[in-house]
Amino acid sequence: MKLLTLNFLTCARKTCKSLPAAFPLHPKDAELEVVETDFNAPFLRNILGRLEWDALKTLCMELGLPNLPPSAPEPEALLEPGAEMAELELERELEPTQTARDLHNLLLETGIKEGKLVCGNCGHEYAVKEGIANFLLPSHLV
Amino acid sequence: MSRPEDTLPPDLFYNDTESRKYTTSSRIRHIQATMTNRALELLDLRSPSLVLDVGCGSGLSGEILSSISPSEGGPHTWIGLDISASMLGVALEKDVDGDLFLADAGQGVPFRPGTFDAAISISAVQWLCNAESSEETAQGRLGRFFNGLYASLRRGGRAVCQFYPKNDDQKRMISSSAIRAGFGAGLLEDDPGTKSAKVYLVLTVGGGDLSGDITGVVSGMEGVDVMDSRRKGKSQIKHGEQKGSKAWIVKKKEQMERKGKIIKANSKYTGRKRRPNF
Ligand SMILES: C[S@@+](CC[C@H](N)C(=O)[O-])C[C@H]1O[C@@H](n2cnc3c(N)ncnc32)[C@H](O)[C@@H]1O
Ligand SMILES: [Zn+2]
Repeated sequence: MKLLTLNFLTCARKTCKSLPAAFPLHPKDAELEVVETDFNAPFLRNILGRLEWDALKTLCMELGLPNLPPSAPEPEALLEPGAEMAELELERELEPTQTARDLHNLLLETGIKEGKLVCGNCGHEYAVKEGIANFLLPSHLV
Repeated sequence: MSRPEDTLPPDLFYNDTESRKYTTSSRIRHIQATMTNRALELLDLRSPSLVLDVGCGSGLSGEILSSISPSEGGPHTWIGLDISASMLGVALEKDVDGDLFLADAGQGVPFRPGTFDAAISISAVQWLCNAESSEETAQGRLGRFFNGLYASLRRGGRAVCQFYPKNDDQKRMISSSAIRAGFGAGLLEDDPGTKSAKVYLVLTVGGGDLSGDITGVVSGMEGVDVMDSRRKGKSQIKHGEQKGSKAWIVKKKEQMERKGKIIKANSKYTGRKRRPNF
């Protein structure tokens, strides 16, 4: 499961869903994997404003990943004109900045392969196996 | 022909054998791809989006979402939910790009408000009319699903659910449940009255740009009826005939060569099992 997905995932229990403590879920005994994927600048820009940056910072801390800057980068910080094509100012010639590459690597290439996700409100543990999280709730928890 | 929905719960019907048979059948693959492309046409995504696939199965729709080229506004990033571990196991074997969740859509949609640009659901929603236990009702399950879906979409977002209603009552029950959750809704039927009739529930969340409005989605489409809460969902279902007005090129993305690299020193790569054993 991509770390991007974790930035949107909440506890599935109805009694938790809208409570601040039910987001983000906290990884436990997590084994990470990195899977290379194509850089997609328009997607990154699309998703940037929707990220909960504080939750992402917490997640990196909990996973022992390098610290993130205090606030999310601005969309403009994702692309810069390529050296040779600068004067043409064509979007397709823009190149991703290091910030964009780091963000792509963190959100779309880094994922939880095995482990658990724990709700900070009810303590329910969701198992993750082979990257797939089990969000089936026993009926008394629905 | 009996409906699978009437025989077994979905997680038992889609067991290892059935999931494999389903995914390898070229007839099924073709039908599911056609419906996915039709749904994509209705979603009209113009740029790379975050998409929820409800009842994603083995990822047939997801593979299409991942392979849409930049010139066509893709590729999209998707997250799939399915209640069948066997179906997800097949998706895992195919190494699909989307993230997969073992989840019952009838229990809700566990994502924070405004997560998705769009949602797609192909041949799955009719299963929600089956109660998974005696404590549940079809209405309760549909309500939790559509309420959760509505909240998880961003303002101006859209969802398209192709489903196989058992009868007109079920069609009405499903549409009115979506409307009660707050969606603008329209029903579109391809090849009505034939054996290959296909019903699409087109749902919009207000509040975004004008094109998010249901009337924008279906404008120019003949015979599509718009239902909304103001009309109390008294649906007169009509049919539209404009099939494939836009040619969708489904490119099979080359299986990207992937290198799995483990970050944590104490971990090791474990070969992929047939399916996760929860
Ligand atoms: C006909 S298959 C379609 C799969 C996929 N959408 C496709 O087009 O190939 C129906 C799928 O819906 C899933 N399903 C049924 N009930 C479900 C539920 N309550 N929650 C999530 N998925 C469900 C089944 O497990 C199955 O994979
Ligand atoms: Zn919880």
